[in-house]
Amino acid sequence: MSSVVDKVWATLEPLTDPEIPVVTLRELGILRDVRETPTGLEVVITPTYSGCPAMGQIEDDVRASLEQAGIAARVITQLAPAWTTDWMSDEAKEKLRAYGIAPPHRTCGSGAGEVSVLKFVRRQPTEPVACPQCGSTHTVVTSEFGSTACKALYKCLDCQEPFDYFKPY
Amino acid sequence: MSTPIDYLLHLADNAVVLGQRNAEWCGHGPILEEDMALANVSLDLIGQARLLYQRAAELMGGDATEDKLAYFRGPHEFRNYTLLELPHHGALVGYAAADRDYATTIVRNFLYSALMVHVWDGLQQSADPSLAAIAAKSLKETSYHLHHSRDWLVRMGDGTEESHARAQAAVNHLMPYTEEFWTTSPAEGAAVAAKVAIDVWALRPAWDALVNDALAEATLTRPNFHGYVTEGKVGLHSEHLSYLLGEMQGLARAHPGATW
Repeated sequence: MSSVVDKVWATLEPLTDPEIPVVTLRELGILRDVRETPTGLEVVITPTYSGCPAMGQIEDDVRASLEQAGIAARVITQLAPAWTTDWMSDEAKEKLRAYGIAPPHRTCGSGAGEVSVLKFVRRQPTEPVACPQCGSTHTVVTSEFGSTACKALYKCLDCQEPFDYFKPY
Repeated sequence: MSTPIDYLLHLADNAVVLGQRNAEWCGHGPILEEDMALANVSLDLIGQARLLYQRAAELMGGDATEDKLAYFRGPHEFRNYTLLELPHHGALVGYAAADRDYATTIVRNFLYSALMVHVWDGLQQSADPSLAAIAAKSLKETSYHLHHSRDWLVRMGDGTEESHARAQAAVNHLMPYTEEFWTTSPAEGAAVAAKVAIDVWALRPAWDALVNDALAEATLTRPNFHGYVTEGKVGLHSEHLSYLLGEMQGLARAHPGATW
């Protein structure tokens, strides 16, 4: 890896998600790649949810950081492969939990190749969601959609705390 | 073979029209959690529409942009299913906002997302790599929309006498509009021929199974329907689309190029 690519990664490392300021764009898997091309440097980001309002802010943050560091690079938005919460590092998941957001379970896969026509109805998550406050798995979903598109609302039946669950995507 | 732009517009118009319709609940949801849920579903749909319009604009070239496609086409140019433009109430109720019926909202979201999980799943193999990428993302989002609407369908249908009656009325009102899913428009035919789209007809057994299973769990009856088939996807819409677009496009048309 060349030093200029290293410099870009280092420059962008402090950038966090505008809605979840404890995890970085790299840890979330939004910042995908930094590469040198014959026509200059490229920074590749991938959107989370199609309509996530934070994506505009994230792209602006990336551009502003590059500009401030005096780095000329294009910011490329790449859709495929589609972003998945499986790309989140264990470290990032632990940070989420400490912040009060239950981290996502692994996704169940696309379901491709399954014969059941009801495959899309299968409930997620299949394993219980642990309360980020007390660790109890005695929890219940309040709503499939929380404060942002990527989260669901849960309630702990032991410590009674409501909490967000970062949905597998 | 090139990607039929009309087919992309059909998918995009579906998403933007239902996204706009569902957004009417923002600030008016029956409970706070549902207010947020519908706003989130709308965000996903409008996000999907943006990606599709961007792809269509890219293929059209010239001065085409996602905003021009969304804000500066008239109702007759929209290619969405008629189902998605209908107000949140049955055919015979008045227009007042207070008449919005959540059962209608839920049943429509269920019928549409039950179709779209299969459509997006199939489109992941589209010959258009951009559309395949959009489909892979949209499938993840639509799966959540399906879970959400199916949950509420069962709760309402298998709920109180009142909620059951309203859910059944919504099913009776909306089910005939789903006949439009199974006809082939010229845009769809061209897209299937180009291997950009999948043949929706082939998805019908899977959709039927999903719908019948949910209706049975919700103790609701599927109405028989034979008769008039709506043709929103070829541009022949109900009167409701003009009002919806009037609200959605008004600002962009009154102040072209405005930013804030």
